[in-house]
Amino acid sequence: MNFEFSEEQNLLREQTRGFLAEHCPMSRVRSILEADDKHDTELWGKIAEMGWTATVIPEEYGGLGLSYLELVVIAEELGRAVAPVPFSSSVYLATEALLAAGNEQQKESWLDKLATGEVIGTFALSEAHGQPTADNLTATVDDGKLSGTKIPVADAQAADIAVIAAKSGTDVGLYLVELDQAGVTREDVRTLDFTRGHARVSFDAANAEALDGGASDWGVIERLLDRAAVLYAWEQVGGAEAALEQAKEYAMGRYAFGRPIASYQAIKHKLAQMYVNNTLARSNCYWGAAALNSGSGELTQAAATCRVSATQAYYYAAKENIQTHGGMGYTWEFDCQFFYRRAKLLSVNIGSERHWQDRLITAVVNSKAA
Amino acid sequence: MDFNDSPAEAAFRDEARTWLEANVPTSEELEGLDYIEQAKLWQKRKYDAGWACIRWPKEYGGRGASAIEQVIFNQEENKFDDLPGGVFLIGQGMAAPTLMTWGKEEHMLRYLPKLASGEEIWCQLFSEPAGGSDLAALRTKAEKDGDEWVINGQKIWTSGAHYSDYGILVVRTDPNVPKHKGLSYFFLDMKSPGVEIKPIKQLSGDANFNEVYFTDVRIPDSQRLGEVGQGWQVAITTLMNERASVGGGGGGFGFDEILALARQVNVGDAPAIEDSAVRAKLADWYCKRSGLKYTGYRSMTALSRGEIPGPENSIGKLVGAPMMQDMASFGMDLLEMTGAIWDEAFAPLTGMIQAAYMGSPGMRIAGGTDEIMANIIAERVLGLPQEPRADKGMPFSDVPTGAG
Ligand SMILES: Cc1cc2nc3c(=O)[nH]c(=O)nc-3n(C[C@H](O)[C@H](O)[C@H](O)COP(=O)(O)OP(=O)(O)OC[C@H]3O[C@@H](n4cnc5c(N)ncnc54)[C@H](O)[C@@H]3O)c2cc1C
Repeated sequence: MNFEFSEEQNLLREQTRGFLAEHCPMSRVRSILEADDKHDTELWGKIAEMGWTATVIPEEYGGLGLSYLELVVIAEELGRAVAPVPFSSSVYLATEALLAAGNEQQKESWLDKLATGEVIGTFALSEAHGQPTADNLTATVDDGKLSGTKIPVADAQAADIAVIAAKSGTDVGLYLVELDQAGVTREDVRTLDFTRGHARVSFDAANAEALDGGASDWGVIERLLDRAAVLYAWEQVGGAEAALEQAKEYAMGRYAFGRPIASYQAIKHKLAQMYVNNTLARSNCYWGAAALNSGSGELTQAAATCRVSATQAYYYAAKENIQTHGGMGYTWEFDCQFFYRRAKLLSVNIGSERHWQDRLITAVVNSKAA
Repeated sequence: MDFNDSPAEAAFRDEARTWLEANVPTSEELEGLDYIEQAKLWQKRKYDAGWACIRWPKEYGGRGASAIEQVIFNQEENKFDDLPGGVFLIGQGMAAPTLMTWGKEEHMLRYLPKLASGEEIWCQLFSEPAGGSDLAALRTKAEKDGDEWVINGQKIWTSGAHYSDYGILVVRTDPNVPKHKGLSYFFLDMKSPGVEIKPIKQLSGDANFNEVYFTDVRIPDSQRLGEVGQGWQVAITTLMNERASVGGGGGGFGFDEILALARQVNVGDAPAIEDSAVRAKLADWYCKRSGLKYTGYRSMTALSRGEIPGPENSIGKLVGAPMMQDMASFGMDLLEMTGAIWDEAFAPLTGMIQAAYMGSPGMRIAGGTDEIMANIIAERVLGLPQEPRADKGMPFSDVPTGAG
């Protein structure tokens, strides 16, 4: 029993943090925000060069064949940096979908390109307001042709391929679509985090290939989201931690009534609460990482647990970081906004807090029944 | 990171489980004994077989086990419901580590084995009417007389003083220096002449804590831990261990119980567990409990690498106690109109929910209040500045006090 990262993994963390401090400082995030770019293409290139996109892809498909414990270390650091790159879409979702459900030939065609970052992937499930379900899904594939509309699709403008949740008859499944083809239209949609591009993507008899290397039912989507939830949660914890650090730094330096605001208990207890939330979320993320890495039967429970606590921790830290900054916190000039935007984006991206609370209790009840 | 037991750990777990299964007292064995007798019976049995306080060195009554082995044993022991033992928490969890850090070899050889065997129970004589959160404001005074100290004053909220053999005691040995500098730390035989114990009835109706009065009580100087004037530092050792040991427990009413209840009772015509508002609350509590569990595992890993548990352990109690209170309150809501009935024959879980509701306010205060825990995290973990103190640097005798 050992509940810590190995020395090599800690070294990777330092290296990753150092790299992002150099290539993705807050000023860089700001420049993407202000230029209204979809993502930081230069940073993406460097990240791919570092091999982060190849982390868990097996060597036989051109990856590094490392474990999820390395990937979560990278995820946390990307979260800290609020990195404006399509990493979650391409790595946690598209790559994972291919690994889980792709057939041999599909894996061979795409995984090496995803590993080098020359191909960016994304995942599309949502079509309308409210929770997507097997019943309300309308995108359909008929004879290898996909029709329907997905909104929002994260990083769609940057992506070359997308994994689409769609129905064939009444069967739900995952389909692989190359986005650069006649039957696909991408229109920008503005989200509250414009450092990450999102789009409405319409498919009009677009060529689509079933990912038929795995099961084809709603469960395939749930399992994919469970895996992604752990990785998202690590990003969220990274962001929450960075927001706490920012709040702390400001509170130490800002004086009111002749003393640092950090010496006022209302502020101290706010920051202590951030610390408590972040610690609980991080510890749950350890469980999630271990379950993901070992393919444990507890994955759903662990994933939903770390997802719920990380979502709550990031939201609290992001909003109270603004509050700690007072008027400054509410300005465009200050960086508090990045955490606040990203916290909400990540929290709805793969299903809301409510959704994951619900999934958690289902899993807990099932585990007790077993 | 590996959440599974290593082969050696798995073997140890098996050994522990096998022993526990064969030796946990049956209800027949416990029948007719009061809580203390039950606790002593179980503790003695563990001690005789080498399963008491297993992390302590063998010569002090332990097993010389590792931190991880201690966790494994606790996990296995906790699988048995309602094992008696809470009365040893202060002695084994707080007094013993303080003795090990500050005591002399002869103290350890004399007192630790009897703590491990459960023959002797210890209590904590820290809080006073004028010194609770601000413990260093305590006034009970000790004056040197030859090789002895003469103690006069009063302690309050002393849990278990009435059944304890020894107590750890912080007193003021010098009122003319700033408050933290004038304290000294002793341990005391509770049967000493001049010790008077008066029970205090708690909000719950029980009387587990007491007032303890000292009138010319004599303590040999050999029972001092640390130097004269170093009492605050010694007390910190005790308090750090208190946070570590209070945090974990809570037994009885917890997430599993509220989950079971939500599956039994209805909201409308469906089981409460299907109601989305109920599910959201349960999920949040599950996440907190799980977060504490894995935080505990992480500190144990640190411990097993030789790191000392730090102030970050304050989070266990800070999260756990209010959570128990909220779960108990919500548990009664789930019962709707019968929720307030605390009749053991009628209430679910023989009234455990109501008992948790009545007991949890005390947990939020004992061992450092929620607010003090948050201060500790803010100051010692995050490094935020202390609030200005009106008594800073002032001789204790000049410090202003309230009317009370
Ligand atoms: C069930 C129970 C068992 C106990 N057992 C023992 C025992 O065995 N031995 C022992 O020595 N003591 C024991 N205690 C005492 C306990 O440690 C004290 O009650 C506790 O430290 C609080 O002190 P107080 O009661 O004087 O409250 P106070 O210190 O007067 O606090 C009153 C309120 O003021 C707040 N407050 C005080 N200072 C600050 C501050 N700096 N910042 C913000 N808020 C502040 C507190 O949080 C609290 O809400 C026990 C208490 C209980 C309830």
